[in-house]
Amino acid sequence: MSVELVKEKCAWAINTVEIGRPGGSAVKIGGETCMPFLYHEGTMPNKPLIAMEILDCEPTDWPDAIKNTYGDVVRDPSAWAEKCVKGFGANILCVRLASVHPDYGARSTDRVVSVLKSIVGRVNVPLVILGSGDDERDNDVMPKVSQALKGENCLIGIATQNNHKTLAATCLADGHSIIAESPIDINIAKQVNILISDMGFDPARIVMHPTTTSLGYGMEYVYSIMERARLAAFIGDKMLAMPFVLFVGQEVWKTKEAKESSAIQGVNWEISTGVAMLQAGADLLVIRHPDAARSLVKYIDEMMKGAKS
Amino acid sequence: MIIIGELINGMFKDVGRAIVNKESDVIQHLAQDQVRAGATVLDVNTGPYSKNPKDDMKWLIENIQKVSDVALALDSTKADVIEEGLKLVKKRAIINSTNADEAKMESIFGLAKKYNAQVIGLAMDKSGVPNNKERRIELAATIVAKAMDFGISAEDLFLDPIVLPVNVAQAQSREILESIREFRLLCDPAPNTTVGLSNVSQGTKCRSLVNRTFLVMAVANGLTSAILDPLDKELVDAMITAELILNKNIYCDSFLDAYRKR
Repeated sequence: MSVELVKEKCAWAINTVEIGRPGGSAVKIGGETCMPFLYHEGTMPNKPLIAMEILDCEPTDWPDAIKNTYGDVVRDPSAWAEKCVKGFGANILCVRLASVHPDYGARSTDRVVSVLKSIVGRVNVPLVILGSGDDERDNDVMPKVSQALKGENCLIGIATQNNHKTLAATCLADGHSIIAESPIDINIAKQVNILISDMGFDPARIVMHPTTTSLGYGMEYVYSIMERARLAAFIGDKMLAMPFVLFVGQEVWKTKEAKESSAIQGVNWEISTGVAMLQAGADLLVIRHPDAARSLVKYIDEMMKGAKS
Repeated sequence: MIIIGELINGMFKDVGRAIVNKESDVIQHLAQDQVRAGATVLDVNTGPYSKNPKDDMKWLIENIQKVSDVALALDSTKADVIEEGLKLVKKRAIINSTNADEAKMESIFGLAKKYNAQVIGLAMDKSGVPNNKERRIELAATIVAKAMDFGISAEDLFLDPIVLPVNVAQAQSREILESIREFRLLCDPAPNTTVGLSNVSQGTKCRSLVNRTFLVMAVANGLTSAILDPLDKELVDAMITAELILNKNIYCDSFLDAYRKR
């Protein structure tokens, strides 16, 4: 006896967010009307993308497994960016402005702006720009960064429930999209999206970061939050209909399993976490190791074979 | 929850006057205000005193559609008035309404099929409004069966148990609430349910409170739509909160605001 598959069709789509210079390097994420890769239930018009992460200064706390792959370029952000794009085929770059953090030297805004301009001068790919994680420094630096990159239509982060106004206002003024973060909490995820959109920000230019955790460190919880948000979005919750970004590299390479074992185990850890997040609905993954990025691109291409054009 | 705005009804003095004097701005403001307040469908009723309901229905719809593309619930006891409206609507309409009488169902479901409309089915027949839930369920089942004969899906039906004023028929409210729950179990997929909410508070002193309390209880019993006054903000807030408590929407601190952004 044949069993008929239960198919869920939904009327609502995830927002499509465009990152990158319009008419130039721009790429799109989101737009799906089904759970990941379930093409018999809906469509995924834009495939999930992999961004490679670089810092605006030498990454002193990154493990050798990554630094050795890049070699000397890690001391020169624009050369590093170029190697990612030309050497490793990155389609998007994520630049973390670590250097402005007090623990990383609290370097000047002018220096950061000049580093970013030299990156933009050397590579022609969409940029994700992240602050340092220090709210005070970021609220000082990010408006100037946003202004300097006006027209590049970057994806800039990170806005949180308690610190979103400065970043949202500046992204709004300069035409960038924004990353809204919540601490593995669907209620706060929705609230941050509302707070940002209440400022006049187009919800279709918000990308959600539900918080990333690594394989072995509670990844399942993030998975369940993403799944719940997606299901709500598909039945019409517009305040949860944003694409997801996940900072997989950042979390994986903190773990002892990735750092303290062979390089290949770290890469595999990053791939496994990335695959799980893609299956949870990630639209954009930020990855640190080039081998992991390459494998994840291949995995996505394989999974997208069934997609309707 | 599908909120059907009740305010464009010739029974209300301002609307009745606007229809007679062709004051289109009165109607258009009412339409826009209701949509802004969260109505996803607007009921359109020419009222009991309309001398030419077909023309009045046409005039109302044309003027509403000049300012809003909201779906309309065409509210009339006359099939030709409803058909006049069905010819004009830009969005899929709801016919308000049929009862469980054979001839009425034949006529209304025929129109629904022809114009791809949804239908409100009143759990009553020519012998009147039932006084217990068993009879209500029986009549609702008759309506569902007839709709299926016409190839109309249960999801396109809005079964109405007929709400009665609490100061007149106090014993009926429990029967009505339980009927709503039972209507949802009549078939799978479940039919929608609706109530003409304001009727429950007819003639009472605290109309808004009575409406609000009844609505929350009805939502808890599975109500999926209601014909109500969307400009009663506390009423809509209570409905949103009831749905939140039933886990139909994901909580956030600004959940009222979030619902209205849908």
